[in-house]
Amino acid sequence: MNIIVENLTKKYGNQRAVDNISFQVKTGEVLGFLGPNGAGKTTTMKILSCYMAASGGNAKIGEIDLNINQELAKNHIGYLPEHNPLYHEMPVLEYLAFVAKLQGIRANNVSTRVREMVKVCGLNKEKHKKIGELSKGYRQRVGLAQAMIHDPEILILDEPTTGLDPNQIVEIRKLIKELGKEKTVILSTHILPEVEATCDRILIINKGKIVADGTPKTLRSKAKNQHLLKINISTKDDNIKETIGELEEVENVTVSKDDAKYLLVKSTKNKEANEAVFRLCVKKKWTLLEMTPIVTRLEDIFRDLTMN
Amino acid sequence: MKEIWILAKKELSSFFDSLTAYFLLIIFIGLSGFFTWIFGSDVFLIGQANLQPFFAVAYWTIFFFIPALTMRMIAEEKRTGTIELLQTKSITDWQIVLGKSLGCLMLIAIALLFTLPFYITISKLGNVDHGAIICGYLGLLLMSSALIGIGIFASSISNNQIVSFLVSLLIGVFFLIISDVLSGSFSGTMASIFHYLSLSTHYDSISRGVIDSKDLIYFISIAILGMSLAQATLSKRNLTE
Repeated sequence: MNIIVENLTKKYGNQRAVDNISFQVKTGEVLGFLGPNGAGKTTTMKILSCYMAASGGNAKIGEIDLNINQELAKNHIGYLPEHNPLYHEMPVLEYLAFVAKLQGIRANNVSTRVREMVKVCGLNKEKHKKIGELSKGYRQRVGLAQAMIHDPEILILDEPTTGLDPNQIVEIRKLIKELGKEKTVILSTHILPEVEATCDRILIINKGKIVADGTPKTLRSKAKNQHLLKINISTKDDNIKETIGELEEVENVTVSKDDAKYLLVKSTKNKEANEAVFRLCVKKKWTLLEMTPIVTRLEDIFRDLTMN
Repeated sequence: MKEIWILAKKELSSFFDSLTAYFLLIIFIGLSGFFTWIFGSDVFLIGQANLQPFFAVAYWTIFFFIPALTMRMIAEEKRTGTIELLQTKSITDWQIVLGKSLGCLMLIAIALLFTLPFYITISKLGNVDHGAIICGYLGLLLMSSALIGIGIFASSISNNQIVSFLVSLLIGVFFLIISDVLSGSFSGTMASIFHYLSLSTHYDSISRGVIDSKDLIYFISIAILGMSLAQATLSKRNLTE
């Protein structure tokens, strides 16, 4: 099922938590929702999961309009809320059966579905315990199991890997990738390598607005046509900054904030500045002590887009 | 309809999981048994084969128990965030409120079921007015529904259980005591309004064996009003502005 979001807005009082955003997600796609705290990720997910209504705009799941038929849409959505709230006093099996029945699974299928979910999420050893007795990683699995129990076409996962140990993170990511092949998955996270590892597409959102949309690769190449060099030059010349800045291949030169002896050279679009800088140093008889190209990481793109 | 039943069963079993149910049953049967058979104006003192002493005690015990049962129902879910899970399942807010109320009413019904031996015993002791006793039980159930409505509303407005408990007790006290006092201190229309609002007016007439539609409407409308307000509080998140 495809998700189509058009001009979605949510206001809390005067504050616009989500401001007129539009995007689409197709079946078989894993969409990563990125953004700093308070960017509007959770709010968007809460609207898509039919937890609350939007202040304006449309969201459609397949052919179902969320403004009109929330109850029907809920049958197609599996939702794992932030912080993974669960009934701690309930045993795992009983809880999963409760959710299954609530989601309208027929009574004779309930135990089959529960057993399947226990297997998929690796809960077999812990299935008779009360949820409150489980470790955080197992609780997260229970959260995933309850989201998937009715075999929804759409999965909305709000920070699915927080609090897991590295092994569990790998397992959950594998599971999400596996699920993403036939379902539509939206997940939010702060962890950037996670997005690269699991998502087909990234949506970066800041202050309620979408600031970037694309695959990890396109996002990186967008930033990549401008290169950044970190150089350290030893000379008595005072105006090296200006001299380098005059080069055709260089857009601007700044002094590094971390260490004043370094200069950061940003190339003009689609050009590389390292050769030109080197030649300039030779011509002016400066001693080039260090020149490091800075690789654009997703972190930098993220920082670039979300810091004003 | 099915969703309401599923949720009600879950609520009932969570009372038993958390031992609240056992605690309630023991105290309820203990207290009412004590005052019905052993102490105060008990059955042997008044020397009549009826359950009036029991109904008088049960009335007060239930009045204090229901706020204690309902206080956590929505407040706790809001505090832990599980309400979000529930509200994203295919169940409406109204069904959630109704399911939870029903679960609580079922626990009260179970408690009352355990007092049936009182009824059987008393019917062996002499000629009992069966109608009056059945009406007494019905009155207790109706009063419980009204109090549950109030309690579930109180639980929905806060995510602190103690606040919920106190609010529902306060509203309960208004219907139980204050309205009586006020109806005495006013005259004319005001007096009759407060008299009508009083729980005890309606409870007394039912437990005497008179089922009047006026009383039924009174209890049911309080229950529905409380639950509707609870539903409105839950649905507040959907407000567009």
